[in-house]
Amino acid sequence: MAKTFALIGNPNSGKTTLFNQITGSNQHVGNFPGVTVEKKEGSMKKHEDMIVVDLPGIYSLSPYSAEEVVTRDFLIKEKPDCVIDILDATNIERNLYLTLQLIELGIPMVVALNLMDEVRASGNSIDVQKLSQDLGIPVIPISASKNEGIDELLQKAIAVAMQKIPPQKMDFCTGEVHRAIHSIAHLIEDHAQNIGVSTRFAATKLVEGDDLMIRELQINENEKDILGHVVDEMEQALQTDREAALADMRYQYIDHICRDAVSRKGETKEHLRSVQIDRILTHQIFSIPIFIGIMALIFWLSFNVIGGFLSDLLAYGIDGLTLLLDDLLSVYGINPWVHALIIEGVCSGVGTVLSFLPLIVVMFFFLSLLEDSGYMARVAFVMDKLLRKFGLTGRSFVPMLIGFGCSVPAIMATRTLASEKDRKMTILLIPFMSCSAKLPIYALFTAAFFESHQALVMVGLYLIGILMGILVGFLFKHSLFKGNPVPFVMELPSYRLPALKSVLIHMWEKAWGFVVRAFTVILGATVILWILQSLDFRLNVVTASADSILATIGAWIAPLFAPLGFGSWEAVTALITGFTAKEAVVSSFAVLTGADAASLGAALSQIFSPLAAFAFLVFTLLYTPCVAAISAVRHELGSIWKAIAVMAFQTGVAWVVAFLIYQIGSWFFL
Amino acid sequence: MQNTISLDKVKIGHKGVILSVGGEGAIRRRLLDMGLTPGTEVLVRKIAPLGDPIEVFLRSYELTLRQEDAKKIQVCETIEEYRRIKSGFHKK
Repeated sequence: MAKTFALIGNPNSGKTTLFNQITGSNQHVGNFPGVTVEKKEGSMKKHEDMIVVDLPGIYSLSPYSAEEVVTRDFLIKEKPDCVIDILDATNIERNLYLTLQLIELGIPMVVALNLMDEVRASGNSIDVQKLSQDLGIPVIPISASKNEGIDELLQKAIAVAMQKIPPQKMDFCTGEVHRAIHSIAHLIEDHAQNIGVSTRFAATKLVEGDDLMIRELQINENEKDILGHVVDEMEQALQTDREAALADMRYQYIDHICRDAVSRKGETKEHLRSVQIDRILTHQIFSIPIFIGIMALIFWLSFNVIGGFLSDLLAYGIDGLTLLLDDLLSVYGINPWVHALIIEGVCSGVGTVLSFLPLIVVMFFFLSLLEDSGYMARVAFVMDKLLRKFGLTGRSFVPMLIGFGCSVPAIMATRTLASEKDRKMTILLIPFMSCSAKLPIYALFTAAFFESHQALVMVGLYLIGILMGILVGFLFKHSLFKGNPVPFVMELPSYRLPALKSVLIHMWEKAWGFVVRAFTVILGATVILWILQSLDFRLNVVTASADSILATIGAWIAPLFAPLGFGSWEAVTALITGFTAKEAVVSSFAVLTGADAASLGAALSQIFSPLAAFAFLVFTLLYTPCVAAISAVRHELGSIWKAIAVMAFQTGVAWVVAFLIYQIGSWFFL
Repeated sequence: MQNTISLDKVKIGHKGVILSVGGEGAIRRRLLDMGLTPGTEVLVRKIAPLGDPIEVFLRSYELTLRQEDAKKIQVCETIEEYRRIKSGFHKK
């Protein structure tokens, strides 16, 4: 009989590693409806009808973050048959805090006590039997990374789910809190039953002052008064407020359990080692140079050495196949138009999108290493101060930095950010970091127009991008993302060697996701643009590029760009082709002006004045990200409309800034 | 009052015992959830290179939080002092 298991635990508890061990590669990654919170699902190896849902890593079931709310909703509304709660045994006190809240839900539950090998190796011990008794649920020691104890865990979980064994204990409270919870439980029993939530859980949340629960239970005014009265009494007696009282009650019970079941002689070796490593990696002076060095190395390896090599190899293969196909089509004598569509449109489109692939694979290999080793948390610690002015946390720093290389992996990297708000805002700011595909455009224009100040203009462009990012960040902080800032209260987990399997699965997941999009959305857009570029309105193949549908459209909308200094159809058409990939702007200029590499600069100076050229560069810097980046935005934000809004917003910002530069510049240079 | 100071004032390498956690909403709740409850001993490990946030050690794990949040956490020096202060509250 099919059963659903919810896998849940604190961040850094080894949850993802355990999920990978349980499901192998039978995973499906998506989002929870309506929010950009990742939902992974998979079936257990050897038990195909047992579905495991990997819920976001959270510390508590409070109603403050999208992750916590999603988890609560899933547990209450989807009613999984069993909860598998994974704990980091080296950090058992804080991990048990979530466990105690989960138990109150009354769902059959087992605890997976991870990292027991580390606890034992350091001479400490946890009495699993006693822990299980104190919690009233089965506890199975495991080592997720070494794949130990997983079979026992799953057998127990399946048994508990089949026999529907609820937690044997729920009352972890004493004294005043106990009294309050029980009187409230009595009061709201019917309400809780109506919406199918455990009375105990509902009562505790009400005592805690959980607004979401008050709304869901549809508590009437009279009951609210009684609730307020009960809570007042409790607060009076305890000399503290409701939230602190409940947190304190849980931690007191945890202390009680730990005295009973845990014997700790000292910190684990891994923890002591981490403190030593951090003497260097978060050192007052060395930490920032080390971080810059690590990121520079990753960029160099991703874009030049490994990524570059793989890209060349892939390009070589695609070129070979294209030539072969070209010959075959010629021999077959296929219609020349279809021939051109296949070779120039489809094949070169496939080539363009796949050229991203090696980069994504290599980049995510390194990013997973950073994340899984625990270093990413240190980066957040070191860099937090720089980003908080925009309402962000240090965790957004690395994705933004990757944006200077390529927006596609940068946007995909926002997945690992701890909060939904951070993710959204970071995704919106990444396009302002000038990506490396824009470099050929900068190089072409600066060589043609600003030969003596090439470096200055390039640096200037990067700075304008960053400044605009900062400006927009401020704007968003006070408009779109107004309200409660995301708490930056984050664990610094012990450094650990990343599990190769997890790194590979993560890499594979990102690469596969990209390939799927590449062959649907991205290839589609590329082919459509090729068709527009090659045909005129009577669907004849054009001989002069100026007659194509695209050039005609370019000429129509060109007047819109006249106030920016570049109202020529060539400039506008080149910008449109830049949507497939930014470097296409350069080749489009060559095609549209009929110039070769040597004469292209001269041809451009026919179209642009130096000021207009600079306005054009600023426009390319800021306007809509390429189709690959937009499809990544669509995937991460989970809505095509939001992706379109990003395109429109970026293009609008680009227009305004280029307009200001050209108009204000005209005052000075004329 | 006795020697109570806020957590951001505790010198690096020194310990404090939490008396109360102030503030409100999501941040306060997160602090409590992470185990910063009254009576908990906290060691201030270090300050980030840019002067903020700070790293503390409690309940056998490392936690980072911002100075502005640390300001809202009142601590005293020792657990004995904590007990003395708390028992004083109850007598009133």
